[in-house]
Amino acid sequence: MLEHKLITKYIGKIDPLSIASYMTFHGYKMLRKALRLGGEKIIEQIEIAQLRGRGGAGFPMVIKLKSVAAQTNRPKYLICNADEGEPGNFKDRYLLENNPHQIIEGMIITAFATGVEKGFVYLRGEYEQAYNILSRALEDAYKKGFLGQDILKKGFSFDLEIRRGAGSYVCGEEFALIESIEGKAGRTRVKPPFPTTVGAFNKPTLINNVETFATIPSIIEIGGKAFATIGTESSRGTKLISLSGNIRRKGVYEVPFGVSLRDIIKTLGGGVEKGRKIKMVQLSGACGPIIPEYMLDLIMDFERFEIFESKTGAGAIIVIDDRYDMFEILLRIGEFFAHESCGKCTPCREGNLQLNKLLEKFHKYKASEHDLTLLETLARMIHQTSLCGLGQTSATAIISTLHYFRHEYINRIEKSVTMEDSRHA
Amino acid sequence: MPKITINNVEMVVAEGLTILEAARLHNIEMPTLCYYPDLDIKNDCRVCVVEIEGVKGLVTSCSTRVREGMNIKTHSSRVLTARKLIVEMILSNHDSNCTACARNMNCELQRLAKSLNIEKNRFESVLEYQLIDEGNDCIIRNPNRCIKCGRCVDVCRSMQSISVLDVIGRGHQVTVSPAYGRHLNDVFCSYCGQCAAVCPVGAITEKDNTAQVWEALHDSDKHVVVQVAPAIRVSLGEDLGLPVGSIVTGQLVGALKMLGFARVFDTNFTADLTIIEEGHEFIHRLQNGGPLPLITSCCPGWIRFAEHEYPDILKYVSSCKSPQQMFGAIIKSYYAAKANIDPKNIFVVSIMPCTAKKYEAKRPEMSVTGTDPDVDAVLTTRELGKMIKQMGIDFQNLTEQPFDSPSAITTGAAAIFGVTGGVMEAALRTVKEVLDEHKLDNLDFVDVRGINGIKEATVTIKGHPYKVAVAHTLSNARKIAKQVIAGQSEYAFIEVMACPGGCVGGGGQPYGTTNKKRIKRSASIYEVDESATIRKSHENPIVSALYHDFLGEPCGHKSHELLHTTYTNRKIT
Repeated sequence: MLEHKLITKYIGKIDPLSIASYMTFHGYKMLRKALRLGGEKIIEQIEIAQLRGRGGAGFPMVIKLKSVAAQTNRPKYLICNADEGEPGNFKDRYLLENNPHQIIEGMIITAFATGVEKGFVYLRGEYEQAYNILSRALEDAYKKGFLGQDILKKGFSFDLEIRRGAGSYVCGEEFALIESIEGKAGRTRVKPPFPTTVGAFNKPTLINNVETFATIPSIIEIGGKAFATIGTESSRGTKLISLSGNIRRKGVYEVPFGVSLRDIIKTLGGGVEKGRKIKMVQLSGACGPIIPEYMLDLIMDFERFEIFESKTGAGAIIVIDDRYDMFEILLRIGEFFAHESCGKCTPCREGNLQLNKLLEKFHKYKASEHDLTLLETLARMIHQTSLCGLGQTSATAIISTLHYFRHEYINRIEKSVTMEDSRHA
Repeated sequence: MPKITINNVEMVVAEGLTILEAARLHNIEMPTLCYYPDLDIKNDCRVCVVEIEGVKGLVTSCSTRVREGMNIKTHSSRVLTARKLIVEMILSNHDSNCTACARNMNCELQRLAKSLNIEKNRFESVLEYQLIDEGNDCIIRNPNRCIKCGRCVDVCRSMQSISVLDVIGRGHQVTVSPAYGRHLNDVFCSYCGQCAAVCPVGAITEKDNTAQVWEALHDSDKHVVVQVAPAIRVSLGEDLGLPVGSIVTGQLVGALKMLGFARVFDTNFTADLTIIEEGHEFIHRLQNGGPLPLITSCCPGWIRFAEHEYPDILKYVSSCKSPQQMFGAIIKSYYAAKANIDPKNIFVVSIMPCTAKKYEAKRPEMSVTGTDPDVDAVLTTRELGKMIKQMGIDFQNLTEQPFDSPSAITTGAAAIFGVTGGVMEAALRTVKEVLDEHKLDNLDFVDVRGINGIKEATVTIKGHPYKVAVAHTLSNARKIAKQVIAGQSEYAFIEVMACPGGCVGGGGQPYGTTNKKRIKRSASIYEVDESATIRKSHENPIVSALYHDFLGEPCGHKSHELLHTTYTNRKIT
C-alpha cells in the first residue's frame, strides 16, 4: 500500500460539521489522554516521534515546544498557520474542511503541554468554506467544554479564535503572520529574536502548520515510538501530498515519508494524459525546485531534499507535461513573487522585478549570454541575501532550471541570435 | 569576550557587538543604507551583508552579533558581487539625476555607488514617476529618489510618535508616504524635519530658500538683514569641515557679512527678551492662580503638534512668540523706525537649525505690518552652509566679527536656548532671582540638563517648591501633554522641544546627527554660556534699554502687540 492513512483515516467517515460525529470516532479522547499524561510526557512523546514541522521548513517541533514551555513571560500564544497560500498546496484546506476538530484537538493538547492560554488560527482569507466549517467547530468545542475556562475540569484554560488573512502570500511567513495578527501590514521582522521568545504582541509564541497540529492526536494515540517507525531516518511519520498539474488523479494523498515521487505521480496520480510526457515537476509550490523526469526516483525525505538548497516544502507536487514552455512557467512564477514581495528588503523587492525583465528576454527570444550570466548571478544573490523565506526561495525555480534545464536557456540564446539575424535580413 | 576573525585579522571584541560595530571599531568601513546610529535595526537594504565561514547565505552585519570563533569576510568576491547588484538595483529604481539633487556630493547612495565602482548599471530603469510633495513651506518629499530604507518612517513613528510617514503598498510598488498618498500639509506633520535629517538620499529635504535669499541680497532696493539662532554657532562648523562642536560665532558673523547681509543680528538677543516676557507671564500666572503649568512656545514643531493633536493644551502654552518671531517683529518696528527704513524694504532672513521655522515664519499672525511676514525667509544650517560654499568663502580662516547692535550684547541664558532644558534653565535664573529678590548663588540648574527624554526638577521659589519638567522629542511631549490634559500633571512649568537634544539636534542641522554629536554640540552651548560675561537675561542692558525706549514694561501693551501671539485649534474632526 502506497498510501498510509494516519491523520486522514477518518476523513470521509465523519461529518465535519458535527462534533458528535468526530467524537464517535474517538474524537477528543486523545485530549483526555493527554491531560492525564501531563505536559512533560506529551513533549516527550513528540520528541520520541521526532516530529518535524509540516509547513515547509521541517523544523523539529520539540525544540519549539521546549522553548515555549520554559518561557515564564505571559501570556503565551499558540498560532496555527493556516495561511496556505503557496500555489499548488491545498492539503491544509483538505484537513480544515474535512476534519477541523482534529486540528483543534491537536492545538489544545499542544497548548496544555506548553502552558499556553491563548491561540489563533491564522486562516487564509480566500478559504471561505474552511472558515465556516472551522467557526462551527470552534463554537461546538466551546460548548462541549474542550475550549475556554477549566477544560474538562482539569484547571487548564485555553481560548482559540480565528484570524483571517487578507490575501497576502507573505503572511504565511511566521513574522509577517504575527504582524498581521497584531493588526499591522504583513511585513517580516528582524530575526533573532525568534517567535518562541518574542512573538505575537512581543510574547512567547509557538507557531506550527495545520498538518503538524493535526498529527498531534495521532502521536498521542499510537505513541511516539510507533509513529517514529513510519517513514525514514530523517523524516518520521506520514506526509500529506498535494498532487496537481497535468496529471490524471489530482488530489491530496497521505503517504509515509520515503515514497518516491515517481510512485506518487504514477501510482497515485495515474501519470500524465496518454500521449504526453512529463517535462518537469515542481516540488513544494512556486517557491520550490523544478526537476526533470529522470530525477523522479527521489524519495520524500527532508534530508534528500536538501540538495535543492530549499526545503521539502509542504508536500506539493506539480506535474508539467511537454506542452509547456519553461519560460512561460518561470515568468508566471516570477510575476507571482514580484507581486507578493512585501517590498521591505531590496533583493526581493527590486530583484524579482529585474528577474522578470530578464526572463521576458528569454521568453521573447531576445536573450544574450550576458543576460544568462546576469540572471544567474542575480538569482543566487536574491537567494543568499533576502530577509525572509519568501525572498530566499523566490528564485529557486530559476536556480534549479539553470541547473537541470540549462540547455533550454542556451537554446533560447542561440535562437535569439538567429531571430535577430533574420530580423535584420 | 569573543575572539573573531575579520578579513584574516584576528581580534577580540566586546560581547554583544554586532559584526558591523566590530568591523567599524577595527577600521573597516562597512557600507550601510538603512542602518543609522541610535535608530532601530531595520535590515532592509542588505548592503551590509558579509560572508561567515560555515553559513550558507550572506548575513547582514547590522543585525548579527559576533560569536566566538566567527570567521568573517566583509569584502569577499561573493559579498562584493551581491552588494554591487543590490546597489545597481536600487539605482535602477531611483531618479539618478544627481546634479539636480540637493544631496549631490553629499549622498550616501552616491558615495556607496562610487565605492563599489559602479559606472554602468546592468539593469534598465524601472522607475515609475510619482508626484513630488511640495505643498508646504518646510519639507519636500521626492518619492522618485526614495530608496525605501525606512529611516524616516522610524523617526516619525518611534522618536516623534506621529507616524504620518509609513510604508505603503508592497513589492516594487512600495512607497513611503502619508496614508492614502496624501501630502504632508494634509496630515498631522509637525514639520520637525527629523525625516529629512536622517534621509540617506535626496528623497526628503528641506524646502530650499537659498535662491530667494540670493535674489534679495542682489536687490539693491532691499535692506537685507539676518538673525542667527543660538544652536547654529555650535553646528555650522561641522558642515564646513570643522570638528563636531566647534564654536564658530565670530566666523559665522564674518561669513554672513561677506554674503552681503547689511546687518547680522543674534537671535540670542530676543531669546533674552523671550525670558523677560515669558518669565513675567509665569510670575503673573503664579501670583494670579494660573492657569498652570505654563508651557514653552518657542518650538514651532511642538506648537503645530499641540494645535493638531492636543488643542485643549493650548490655554497653558505661553503666548510669547518664539525668539525668531520676536526678532522679526522688533526689526520691522523698532529697528525700522530707528534706522529710518520703510519696513516694506527690509528683508529679514533667519538662520535656524529647524525646518518647522519656515512654517512658523509664514503663519499669518506673524506680521506687524499686516501685509509682509516679519521674517521673510528662513534658512537651515545646511542651507547656510551651502551658500557659504557657493560664495567660495574660506570659512575656517575667516576673521571673527561681532554681531550688530541691538544684539551686540546677549547672555549665557540666551545661548542655552539651543539645547533641551535651556529655556527652562534660563527662565528659572530670572524668575527665581526676581521673585526671591536676591542674587542666585548657583546659576546652573543641572537637573534640567542632559539627554534624558523627560527631566524633572524641583525649584524652591520664595520658600515654595515647584516641580518643573523638560521634554524633548514629540513622543515625550505626547506623554507630558496627556498628563496635563488628564489633570494629572504636578508641574508648574514645562519646556517642550520637538527634536531630540533640543535645537542642537534640529531637523535642519548638518547631516549625520547622532546622539554623540548632539552631546558634543550641547557641551559647546554650555561653554558659550559659561564664558559669557552676563548669564541672566534680566541683566542684559540692551534688553532693559529696549523696554525703556520702546516696549514700556514686560507683558505690557506694546509687548502684547509685537511679542505675543495666538494659537489655533487644528484638530481634524
